[in-house]
Amino acid sequence: MKVELSHIYKSFGSVHANHDISMTVEAGNVYGILGENGAGKSTLSKILSGFITKDSGKILLNEIEVDIKTPADAICAGIGMLHQDPLDFPSLSVLDNFMAGRSALSKSRSRGRIKTNRTDLARELQQLSGVFGFDLHPRDRLSMLTVGERQQLEILRLLSLGVQTLILDEPTTGISASQKTALFKAVQQLAADGKSIIFVSHKLEDVEELCDRLMVMRQGKVIGDAEVKGRDSAELASSLVEMMFGRELALPAKREVNVEQMEPALVINELQIEGDRLSLQLDKLTVQAGEVIGLAGLEGNGQQLLLLACAGLLKPKSGKICINDVDMTNRAYRNFLKAGISYLPADRLQDGLIRGLSIHEHFMLRQPNSKSKAEIFINWGDTRKFAQDAIATFNIRGKSSTKVEKLSGGNQQRTQISLLPDYLSLLLMEQPTRGLDIESTLWIWKQMMERCEKGMMILFISSDLDEILQYSDRILVFCGGKVSQPIDAKTLTVDKLGQAIGGKFE
Amino acid sequence: MNSLQVFKKVPKITYFRIGSFVVALLFIAAIILLSSGSPFQVAAGMWNGAFGSNDRIARVISTLCPLLLAACGLIFTFTAGLYNLGIEGQITAGAIGSTLVLRIIPEGFPPAIAIILAIFAGIGGGGLWGLLAGLLNIYGKVSEIFAGLGMNFMAQGLALYLVFGPWKRSGVASMSGTEPFSDALSLPTVGNTDFSPIALAIATFALIVTAIVIKATYFGLKLKAVGNNLRAAYVLGIPAIAQMLSSFVICGALAGIAGSLQVVAVFHRLIPNISSNLGFLALLVVMLVNYNPFLILPIAFLFSSLNVGSLELPLSLSLDSSLSGIIQGALLLFAILGEGLAKLSKE
Repeated sequence: MKVELSHIYKSFGSVHANHDISMTVEAGNVYGILGENGAGKSTLSKILSGFITKDSGKILLNEIEVDIKTPADAICAGIGMLHQDPLDFPSLSVLDNFMAGRSALSKSRSRGRIKTNRTDLARELQQLSGVFGFDLHPRDRLSMLTVGERQQLEILRLLSLGVQTLILDEPTTGISASQKTALFKAVQQLAADGKSIIFVSHKLEDVEELCDRLMVMRQGKVIGDAEVKGRDSAELASSLVEMMFGRELALPAKREVNVEQMEPALVINELQIEGDRLSLQLDKLTVQAGEVIGLAGLEGNGQQLLLLACAGLLKPKSGKICINDVDMTNRAYRNFLKAGISYLPADRLQDGLIRGLSIHEHFMLRQPNSKSKAEIFINWGDTRKFAQDAIATFNIRGKSSTKVEKLSGGNQQRTQISLLPDYLSLLLMEQPTRGLDIESTLWIWKQMMERCEKGMMILFISSDLDEILQYSDRILVFCGGKVSQPIDAKTLTVDKLGQAIGGKFE
Repeated sequence: MNSLQVFKKVPKITYFRIGSFVVALLFIAAIILLSSGSPFQVAAGMWNGAFGSNDRIARVISTLCPLLLAACGLIFTFTAGLYNLGIEGQITAGAIGSTLVLRIIPEGFPPAIAIILAIFAGIGGGGLWGLLAGLLNIYGKVSEIFAGLGMNFMAQGLALYLVFGPWKRSGVASMSGTEPFSDALSLPTVGNTDFSPIALAIATFALIVTAIVIKATYFGLKLKAVGNNLRAAYVLGIPAIAQMLSSFVICGALAGIAGSLQVVAVFHRLIPNISSNLGFLALLVVMLVNYNPFLILPIAFLFSSLNVGSLELPLSLSLDSSLSGIIQGALLLFAILGEGLAKLSKE
């Protein structure tokens, strides 16, 4: 089935998640949508599969405009979506899951039937698994299956509902290599049958392997599209990386810091961290006071695990983290805070700030940790002045009584930074400038650089390669839980770094 | 044009609140009509039942005191984002603690001190029940709703066991409870009524302290932070677990005082249903006041008046006294519905 999207717009509050998106997927094609997290890929696929409704724009299937308001509408129109985290019923059997959602098909076969025919459906399931070489048993409980097998079942379920277009959202996360091979084989088989496949991913190698065409999204917009088949893979990779990460900022000259003269302040040895989907291995890392280390890599390759472990929010499986000659491994989070370690999360309203509380109240929450420890009652008058001073200093566009969720992204980030203690030895930042305008970005880094001159270390994750190259002294590249040797940022260019991220470091 | 602008200044939510209150009254009137009563007679009857005599007013206040205490406790857990349905059990545990102390003190012990000790035992009993629910919630990963309900059954079972077992009246064990305590071991009341100024003083004091702690202390602010975003509060360095546990204990302790008052001021003994469902009623009160401690007093007063006022209905109008439950429930449901619709219309 030919799928055509034309000028799709969708905003959440002031955020443009999808801005004028148009694309065409021919029947029998595998079409890739590539982009970092937050680029708007998921929003687009959810619009197509009926989970959210678009603000404006058209969806055409085989040249006919359709109105998709719910997932059931989408299924009826022949569009099915395989979600990143399987949306199924773990406590039911494989067959029950296969049968789920059939009433959505009320227009065709099962209309008017109350009792489903389990035997027939079990036969259909087995026959379909045979076609694709999947090994699924109708009576097994779903919770016993791996993520990959649950995906397989979901694909079969969607096919049995008559789906002509299949959307796969990050399908290769969390499945084994052999399951990935089976999945790709099945996808190619489906395309050969004339079905159209939309493959959403941030993994270059998957897209290169599978897709016929693709488009790259960044910050809610289409940056470009490309033919994949028959292209040289190295050349394709570097052009895709460039489209994904961009290079827009006109950047000031790089600062000069003489780090050799300073003492090593952060020492990591033989660190091993188990995450949900991958484990991270880091043999040795030594960071000098005042140094900035950029953690580069596609999202979900272990950077966040390292950051959380250094912040004291995640216990490593083994290994040692020493900060200023104190062994911090396995110590409580409050000891990390006392040692002058802070963490600025990427999701500001989820992990960093408290919805429903004003800027002023956030300052009060910080207050007792520093000077006025013994105080019980809040002195609203004095503390309001303090908050107002901070708002002026950090140039936050809001009043002290403004609730944090009413602030814009940039001002939320400024608030987070204004809440940092005056003295810090190590700051861990996740996407410090994501979604911010250039002015805020430059302002934030200016603050950070001033702190670094006083000896603060920074470890930060960013999906903006220019940002990493611009502000890091050294760079670690993460790929599949493995970490490269620290690379001197002066020796790198965006192209080289892009290739390293694509999994091509020695 | 001008009048339109004035019209716009009233926030939309106000219309929804007034509207939902009107709809709730209509709904209640319909229920009364369906059970072949007259809404106006019922209103008059309930007014008379609650405020018709000094004795009845006294009863409204003696119901109000434990209700206020339980509602104060729930403000703490609600602020911390916890639905402490274990409040009933915490009241019962407090009552059991108080009864225990009053039973074991020797003859001739100064009664005033005995009562003070009994109230502290109530604080201990309720606080312990709250702590257990908190431990189950935080370390056992049991939802606080189910932990609380489970602990309610435990307390209820313990009360039944004590009333029918070790603490039964000599000769007869019955639902009417343990042997009543002597008059000296009861809180003094005004005249022949149920009104105990000391109970009212305790409840008022608790209400004032609660309002101050929630609105004006770092503890209250941290509790709010934990309730609004546990993860971010932890990242900001707030001892989230300690905050949550203390909210459970404080809530339990206040509920425990309520249980004590039920023993030393209302029933003068332990009965199986010592909490008289005041805990659940307090939950309704707190849901209606929407985290605002200053609104507890009027709403709790309304609810205890409805409760006491409806007691007369079976006699005067041969309607069931459960009508007060319907009225309270309808008020709450429509209030919540109004808020929900207001939110929906904003989107």
